[in-house]
Amino acid sequence: MGLGQRIALVFKAKASKALDRAEDPREVLDYSYQRQLEMLAQVRRGLADVATSRRRIDMQYGQLETSSEKLRTQAAEALQLGREDLAREALSRRMTVTSQLDSLAAQRESLRVEEDKLTLASQRLQAKVEAFRTRKETIKATYTAAEAQTKITEAVTGISEEMGDVGMAMQRAEDKTEQMQARAQALDGLLESGALSDATLPTGGRDDLQAALDAARGAGDVDAELTAMRRELSAPTQPKSIGPGTEQGR
Amino acid sequence: MIVRILGEGQFDVADIDALNELDTTLQAAADVGDEPAFAAALSGLLDAVHQIGTVVPEDQISPSALVLPARGTALSDVRTMLGDEGLIPG
Repeated sequence: MGLGQRIALVFKAKASKALDRAEDPREVLDYSYQRQLEMLAQVRRGLADVATSRRRIDMQYGQLETSSEKLRTQAAEALQLGREDLAREALSRRMTVTSQLDSLAAQRESLRVEEDKLTLASQRLQAKVEAFRTRKETIKATYTAAEAQTKITEAVTGISEEMGDVGMAMQRAEDKTEQMQARAQALDGLLESGALSDATLPTGGRDDLQAALDAARGAGDVDAELTAMRRELSAPTQPKSIGPGTEQGR
Repeated sequence: MIVRILGEGQFDVADIDALNELDTTLQAAADVGDEPAFAAALSGLLDAVHQIGTVVPEDQISPSALVLPARGTALSDVRTMLGDEGLIPG
């Protein structure tokens, strides 16, 4: 027997356990329908969790992109000020941010794939649950018990398989969501510690690197002002030495 | 005959013999624990189902004669799936 057939048998075995437990197979229809409704509700909650987790990652991704851009600007500014040490610091931090961005992008993508699959699976399950409800009433109106038995077995086995499938999609999505949440927390920690130089702080994002740059620029400003003042101070003597020759010559 | 690909839904496949051979290859790879061969066989089998099968309407409820793991499922996950408690809920 092939692998596909063996997996199909596992589904059938699980469904037939439920059928065996019931005195009257018709009870199984109602019981199964209840479980389907519960499952649908679970899947909807699962989807909402995945979406929340993805939105959080999207937000962090945006923060990191802003950080990356800011660090690039800071590096350029530092170079203009002749502070290669600060430029190096900014660029090395930017590399950390970039590597975080890359792995975050990969994880975001895999979460999106699971979310899409779960969305499709939940739509299928919803359609099947609706069909099951109709089928259930038809079967209950069936004349002979033997005929009903066959139809019940088919319907319950079919829907159990669907629920098993959507159940696995949910497990995968939940696993991915947990991984993402753990990662999001770790990143929050990194962003808070300033290691990734959070440029989106509500206080205006003044970090140590920016402070050093401001100081360097401040020092540069002072130097420039000093030079300007020296020039001003020495200015009155200059026109005298050059000026008189030309002005008075006329 | 109806074939389910986990995570993708059901397909109606008229020529099941074409699949059985591929399924046997898959089984053989699983038995010897050859992960790359298993991945290749699974991928080939899923492609074949897509190619020769038609999608079963969403409101049709029928058990599948063949259930195939999702693309990229690890061999260890498939083994767990076949176990008593298994990956398959319910």
